[in-house]
Amino acid sequence: MTNQAEVDEGLVQRTEAVASFEHQVTLLSRLQHALHSNPALVPLIVLMMSIAVFGALLGTKFFSSFALTLILQQVAIVGIVGAAQSLVILTAGIDLSVGAIMVLSSVVMGQFTFRLGMPPAVAIACGLAVGTFIGFINGWLIARVKLPPFIVTLGIWQIALATNFLYSGNETIRAQEIESQAPLLQFFGHSFSFAGAVFTYGVIFFIVLVVFLAYVLRHTAWGRHVYAVGDDPVAAELSGVNTKHILISVYMLSGLICAFAGWVLIGRIGSVSPTSGQSANIESITAVVIGGISLFGGRGSILGMFFGALIVGVFSLGLRLLGADAQWTYLLIGALIIGAVAIDQWIRKVSA
Amino acid sequence: MEPILSARGLNKRYGKVTALNNCDFDLMPGEILAVIGDNGAGKSSLIKALSGAIRPDSGDIFLDGKKVSFSSPIDARNAGVETVYQTLAMSPALSIADNMFMGRELRKPGFMGKVLRQLDRAEMERIARQKLSELGLMTIQNINQAVETLSGGQRQGVAVARAAAFGSRVIILDEPTAALGVKESRRVLELIQDVRARGIPIILISHNMPHVFEVADRIHVHRLGQRLCVIDPKDYTMSDAVAFMTGAKLPSVHEAGAEAVGN
Repeated sequence: MTNQAEVDEGLVQRTEAVASFEHQVTLLSRLQHALHSNPALVPLIVLMMSIAVFGALLGTKFFSSFALTLILQQVAIVGIVGAAQSLVILTAGIDLSVGAIMVLSSVVMGQFTFRLGMPPAVAIACGLAVGTFIGFINGWLIARVKLPPFIVTLGIWQIALATNFLYSGNETIRAQEIESQAPLLQFFGHSFSFAGAVFTYGVIFFIVLVVFLAYVLRHTAWGRHVYAVGDDPVAAELSGVNTKHILISVYMLSGLICAFAGWVLIGRIGSVSPTSGQSANIESITAVVIGGISLFGGRGSILGMFFGALIVGVFSLGLRLLGADAQWTYLLIGALIIGAVAIDQWIRKVSA
Repeated sequence: MEPILSARGLNKRYGKVTALNNCDFDLMPGEILAVIGDNGAGKSSLIKALSGAIRPDSGDIFLDGKKVSFSSPIDARNAGVETVYQTLAMSPALSIADNMFMGRELRKPGFMGKVLRQLDRAEMERIARQKLSELGLMTIQNINQAVETLSGGQRQGVAVARAAAFGSRVIILDEPTAALGVKESRRVLELIQDVRARGIPIILISHNMPHVFEVADRIHVHRLGQRLCVIDPKDYTMSDAVAFMTGAKLPSVHEAGAEAVGN
């Protein structure tokens, strides 16, 4: 007691000042704060700058509503898969099986219609169910058995891809057959034009999906919990978040979205091919990383991924129109990935 | 007087290690009960059992005289037992308001909330701001700033405010001053007394004897996985307490009899 009284006496004349360094609010630290609260800002700026640069170099050849909506069509599938990948990466996980789930679902949709003679609508529902189920296996192994996401999805990637080849017998269902017998499978390939701009239903689906997920992540309890689980799973658990439930539901939703991507894929290429979409894994992770979503979880926004996917699309179309070797695209994308991660690390060091 | 929260015969083993050995516990209404004990005495296990973070192998926990069984921290929270963990259990990248309402978010009324399940941010921010100002923490200007931009004392304040805002029966504080400076510790001790003044009993786990002797009404001394004795800080010195908890001195029959309080 007396000890404490002595300590307190020393506090009577205390000053409220704390040790502080001369703090300059520089332009750079303001930028750091702005980026901290709006992580989609960097990819948005990069996107605007790259559109401006290619627009200046190529003129109306690039800067037309036709070319700009062509970019949307080209990135729609990677973007949809990227939306699934974003959810998973926000929980500090990774989903390497996205591309395989997409292809397997599209094969299920095609084969169930043509081999089993199901009505296309039922076959599509089966394909969506298969995608969700594979997502559930991923989520269950990660949340319940506590295996690392990288390993689980690496394994499921191989399993789903092998199942895809074994079940389809490496056989492609031709576009003409689908068109005449089951046009519903090509639904997302249909398009409408508006003042020179061409929108496929796949593009519309992509945009609606991004807006929907942005709403869910920002304005529902489930969305906040996804961030909390990625940020600090122990803290989330202790503050009353059912982390296992959240993880399983995220991987299931990721599987469902990938199955939708499989349906959109049929619309885009016309046929059902078990060899298509092999690069969707890496491309979706690229879009997510360039979009400023942290691979360590809990930070970033789905809008950033949307911009990230568009940046990749702008670079590849722009460089193609310039007549450059396609390798230049990969080179620049590689530089962008490293730049994006460097910026993510810098933003994390933000101080009050 | 009936204890508000009590435990009888708690046991918990981890392999060969016995963390709780037939442990009893009593918290009376409106009091601050400090729990002290050497490292490895089983304080954490006791607190985790009371807050639902672990399930004891055997033994019973009673809240208001009724037997309860918490299978998770959420269970305990729903029963009105709030815990401020030493790690604070906050998501650094999320805002103060998000953190205060984590796991018990409010939804908007009507269609937006029921069908679209939209969160009522304005209401959550209003309540968060009100709770922080009630505890004199409104030096925090922006309720939407990320928790990682706050100082250690401010974070602790937010965590205590969260517990005080929702803890209707009991608040458990695990080492609330361990990571804080002199001035910030003072602020947190004042907070603890503010919370008690509102009639909510507090369990305070601390290694800091001056802090314990300053605020506690009774002190539960934990040793070798069980309650050694309960002492009144007015009757004992800090060195007595340290002697009890390290085993340098054994409580007399009379002191051990203090254990009978609440039985």
